[in-house]
Amino acid sequence: MAIQTIEKTAKNLVLTVQDYSLFAWRAFTNLYRPPIYWPEFLVQADIIGFGSISIVVLTGLSTGGVLALQSSATLAQFGATAITGQFVSLTMIRELGPILTGVMVSGRNASSMASELGSMVVTEQIDAMRALGVDPLRKLVTPRIAATITMLFFLTIVSDACGIAGGGLVTVFMNHQNGTQYLNMAWEHLRVPDIIQGLVKPLFFGYILSSIGCFYGMRTTGGTQGVGRSTIQAVVWASVLIIFVDFLLTQVLLTLFPPI
Amino acid sequence: MIETSAFTQPDQDQAPVTDAGPVVVFRNVTIAFDGPPVLDDVSFSIAPGETRILLGPAGVGKSVLLKLVNGLLRPDQGSILLFGEEISHMPEQKLFPLRTRVGMVFQEGALFDSLSVRDNVAYQLIQEQVPDEEIDQRVRDALRFVELEETFDLFPASLSGGMRRRVAIARALIRTPELLLYDSPTGGLDPLTSTTIIELIVKERDVYHTPSLLVTHRLQDALLLCNHRFDPEQGRMVPLPKGQTDPGTTFLMLENGRLIFDGSLHELVKSKNPFVREFLE
Repeated sequence: MAIQTIEKTAKNLVLTVQDYSLFAWRAFTNLYRPPIYWPEFLVQADIIGFGSISIVVLTGLSTGGVLALQSSATLAQFGATAITGQFVSLTMIRELGPILTGVMVSGRNASSMASELGSMVVTEQIDAMRALGVDPLRKLVTPRIAATITMLFFLTIVSDACGIAGGGLVTVFMNHQNGTQYLNMAWEHLRVPDIIQGLVKPLFFGYILSSIGCFYGMRTTGGTQGVGRSTIQAVVWASVLIIFVDFLLTQVLLTLFPPI
Repeated sequence: MIETSAFTQPDQDQAPVTDAGPVVVFRNVTIAFDGPPVLDDVSFSIAPGETRILLGPAGVGKSVLLKLVNGLLRPDQGSILLFGEEISHMPEQKLFPLRTRVGMVFQEGALFDSLSVRDNVAYQLIQEQVPDEEIDQRVRDALRFVELEETFDLFPASLSGGMRRRVAIARALIRTPELLLYDSPTGGLDPLTSTTIIELIVKERDVYHTPSLLVTHRLQDALLLCNHRFDPEQGRMVPLPKGQTDPGTTFLMLENGRLIFDGSLHELVKSKNPFVREFLE
């Protein structure tokens, strides 16, 4: 009995990976093939991009502040509090900005995509769309993916900026250090490869979170309970995959742009 | 009473049915989902102008069969011909143009809840980038056909169950389909609303003669369809003389995924099949 359960689970896992790969590939190739639904893209860009600004700003400010607090305490032991700015800006731009934005936006938008599409599946709206001769993958999925990739890129920049600003506020008002020095260190030690690293990641994260959200939404079964299940799975897998892919991407990007 | 305005002009860009062969052909179709077959070795056809009523209790695979007709599901075995084209292995992208020639009314209407009634009914026309003025006119005509012109600007959430079905019928009819599929159009409705829906279907059948497949578990709806005709002069459905039935309306019956009956109402009531007898009684 236990072996049968393991076998069934393994088969389901392999089948899910296979289905997701096919889904993600089709969604990716649709990005370059007409028809492209621009109105849907703009609506989604508004929902995903502008709708997520508040959480991204708050997360960025808090994370930058925490980084400044923690790092200055440690750096003070070596008499190196002057490099707090460099530490905060590099950490935010190369790592925390992209990944925190990715995880926060996946919590907000992968779940909304999964529940929205899932509800459409269980009420036969997706079948109705297919019956009306419209490809739901092109009409619903591709605009969401394109909008998420585009907006996550800009949201990451906002998050980076807020992180550095948050770190600056803590440095000046709580650690009572020099603000100009903080900003100089943050700016001067920043290299182009650091910025590239920080801006390549959101492109991948945006694709992951939107394709996972749409994938689980589109394969919803089992009524309203199924919608809830799909939403949970979308958020969990999107977050886990973002963190895992971040590790792989960091390895690749560090190989391409080795630190000096 | 239902108005008789002919809302649908034949689409210029829509290919007419040129061949006189069957519109739909099922040959030995079998489909299963993680268990015993839902449909097992099912064969039948729908001729031009024919209305077929698929009877059977809940859960025998009626809706599955309907979804197989326009390729929303794929059979495990057997072949399905839609407008003469084999669709059982046809790629999804090639199926989309074929599906635009089929009108489908889903069980609960399946209206897009984020769109207004106007945008729901005009969905296909909007995709085809038809000018707004023409869309408005055609939507109003389609809504007049189902007597819901006043719902033009409303959203599905503010409509009753019966109104949603009627909007779904308007959406299915707006592009003058060459085949109509009705999935339990009266399911869950009160008798009065059910009769209104059946009257619309009779009207569509008798005015436009569109071949159709209607799925239902309600025998009274099937009999109403068979025993009535649409009278354009009175603008309503009237009973046929006693003993007469609509010659173009025939029956199919499913039991445990197998097609156990295919014939006219006369043959249905004379059938000796115990399941058919039980269903009729």
